Amino acid sequence: MRQAGKRKPVYTRKLDFRHGRVEMAHGSGGRAMTQLIDQLFIAAFDNDYLRQMNDQACFPVGSGRMVMSTDCHVVTPLFFPGGDIGSLSVHGTVNDIVMSGARPLYLSAGFILEEGLPLADLKRIVESMAAAAQAIPVPVITGDTKVVEQGSGDGIFITTTGIGVVPEGVHISSERAKPGDKILVSGTIGDHGIAILLAREDFAFYGTLESDTAALHDLVAAIVQTAPDMHVLRDPTRGGIATALNEIAHQSGVGMLLHEHCIPMKEQVGAVCEFLGFDPLYMANEGKLIAICAPQDANRLVDKMRAHPLGQNAAMIGEVIEDSHCFVQMETRFGGRRVVDWLSGDQLPRIC
Amino acid sequence: MKYIEPFRNGAVAWKIARRIATEADPHRDYYLMEFCGGHTHAISRYGIPGMLPGNIHMIHGPGCPVCVLPMGRLENMIQLAQTPGFIVCSYGDMLRVPTARGDSLLKQKARGADVRMIYSAADALQIALRNPQQQVVFLAIGFETTTPPTAVVIKQAQMLGLTNFTVFCNHVLTPSAISHILQSPEIRELGLVRLDGFIGPAHVSTIIGSKPYTYFAEEFQKPVVIAGFEPLDVMQAILMLIRQLNTGRAEVENEFTRAVLPDGNIKAQRLVAEVFELRRSFEWRGLGAVPYSALRIKSRFAEFDAERRFALPVLSVPDHKACECGAILRGVKHPRDCSIFGTACTPDNPLGSCMVSSEGACAAYYRYGRFREHDHDDTAKVH
Repeated sequence: MRQAGKRKPVYTRKLDFRHGRVEMAHGSGGRAMTQLIDQLFIAAFDNDYLRQMNDQACFPVGSGRMVMSTDCHVVTPLFFPGGDIGSLSVHGTVNDIVMSGARPLYLSAGFILEEGLPLADLKRIVESMAAAAQAIPVPVITGDTKVVEQGSGDGIFITTTGIGVVPEGVHISSERAKPGDKILVSGTIGDHGIAILLAREDFAFYGTLESDTAALHDLVAAIVQTAPDMHVLRDPTRGGIATALNEIAHQSGVGMLLHEHCIPMKEQVGAVCEFLGFDPLYMANEGKLIAICAPQDANRLVDKMRAHPLGQNAAMIGEVIEDSHCFVQMETRFGGRRVVDWLSGDQLPRIC
Repeated sequence: MKYIEPFRNGAVAWKIARRIATEADPHRDYYLMEFCGGHTHAISRYGIPGMLPGNIHMIHGPGCPVCVLPMGRLENMIQLAQTPGFIVCSYGDMLRVPTARGDSLLKQKARGADVRMIYSAADALQIALRNPQQQVVFLAIGFETTTPPTAVVIKQAQMLGLTNFTVFCNHVLTPSAISHILQSPEIRELGLVRLDGFIGPAHVSTIIGSKPYTYFAEEFQKPVVIAGFEPLDVMQAILMLIRQLNTGRAEVENEFTRAVLPDGNIKAQRLVAEVFELRRSFEWRGLGAVPYSALRIKSRFAEFDAERRFALPVLSVPDHKACECGAILRGVKHPRDCSIFGTACTPDNPLGSCMVSSEGACAAYYRYGRFREHDHDDTAKVH
């Protein structure tokens, strides 16, 4: 995505987005690469920064604290119910940025393409990415593309980096959870993980479940407006809410107590987990957040989140407690109590 | 979920818990073994120990499929996985079980071996069909529940005339393992371990029925209550065991009537009998050689038997010196009694098989129960 602008094309024939495939030449710096950049990336992401045709994007810096985050995206399958790797790569980084309370400003994108990837798929992915970025809106202002030989990649890997600015007076950080704080979640858990699992594996049972992939900038803005002294925000992606809460507990040096019956979950997610012996607490989310706040802010926040389209099923699921072991515990729906531990390796289905 | 939720009802659970507390004799202790890993998992996941009076001790039994597979047999599979042209497939947890050298099938996969996780035996057959140039070996493990599906794929492979599909059969039998535990010197002769009664297997019993347990209920005078894997099933079974023990009965009772018949699933039993035969003896991790406790593939299906086809050697590999999995599987020790529990041996770096599967006693205790620092001693007591 190095060059752009209104100039005479260096190629004569249009890219064949119907039958064409990614070739090594698309990453080698010659005409083929320029053509791919012009006809696909510039066309999709079009903005003033890209049109400057520089190796870098130059932008003014405002006052205040800036945040920056980078996220690599690999997913099989590339297209799944509710989204694709393109929209996911925008939402993932934007969500990492906004969990600091920041407003997202700019994105960069790096593409590693595998030789042989259908150009039609690439086009669909890039256009989905552009649509996701425009909806926020946050422009993709610089990027890079490389092509690797067939067998060295998984179709496409996308790395995005984002920059944002934190409003004054907001200090959200994972070491700020205090005993007495309330733990909130913005909606049903495990949707993305289960949707991907069903799309990837051949289970011979099907559902209508979609990934929850979404950009949470607007929801976070509403949260920060309601409770400027928000303590912790986290998007529980890989490893689910169990992993996110264990990380926060360790960073803050506190324990947590969850109430299983308060944790929102779709029936389909529960059913698939039941069937395979998975624990939904460890299933990935891509459009949910965990909020930890002072107890006096909790009820107002739940109401505010529920009024937002991405927070309709928001719920208070537990509280921060004192615990030198930093255990996350859960009162089970059944009435007992157990540890919600870190995940060891991948979740594996139970045998019998 | 419709048929599951009623068996997880917290209000009913506390009602049963109060009954148990009322009926349990405060002047004695009750040592109850749940044989199955599925029960171990349910007990830990739902926090059942915290709902029981302190004099009821749950002892985790050896019914965890990956925990009892001896390391020599795992080494056999690792050697095959290292052989070019082979695909080894098995169920999820099995791939993580460590050998004495710290190797595992998953680690072999990272080094380039073709190791695949499957969800069912049928997946293994599909892999063989899709890879006609490769030898596909299904590492079959588990108790009576997972045996019929293995029988099905062996028969299907024969029907399809597959020449690239074999099964490494490690299917084991529940009743023989329970008898073995009850006959162990620690229990029978030395009286070192107390075991008052058993929570009988759920899914295993759907296949074999409730009758096979009658022998040791009578012979060893130990009550057995077959229970489902839902937490209310377990609570109810505990109450039923307490009642039997209080009245001096030692009977087989069936709490899991919604799925278990006295004779079990005859069709599945016939299928198993058609494909498998008893082994004279089989090594169990933790229990050692147990007579007539496992199955092997009958000679008429020999071409699908990996043991015969690839002349797999019998390897005897001792456990890690400090690992107490053996004693834990026999109910003699609690995970807490193991010096490497939670230190050198954790779910991330398991040294023993009990730390691998969430059905294993150590992993279940590590994952779900270790916050109970003042946890009452639910180990079988040394008198």
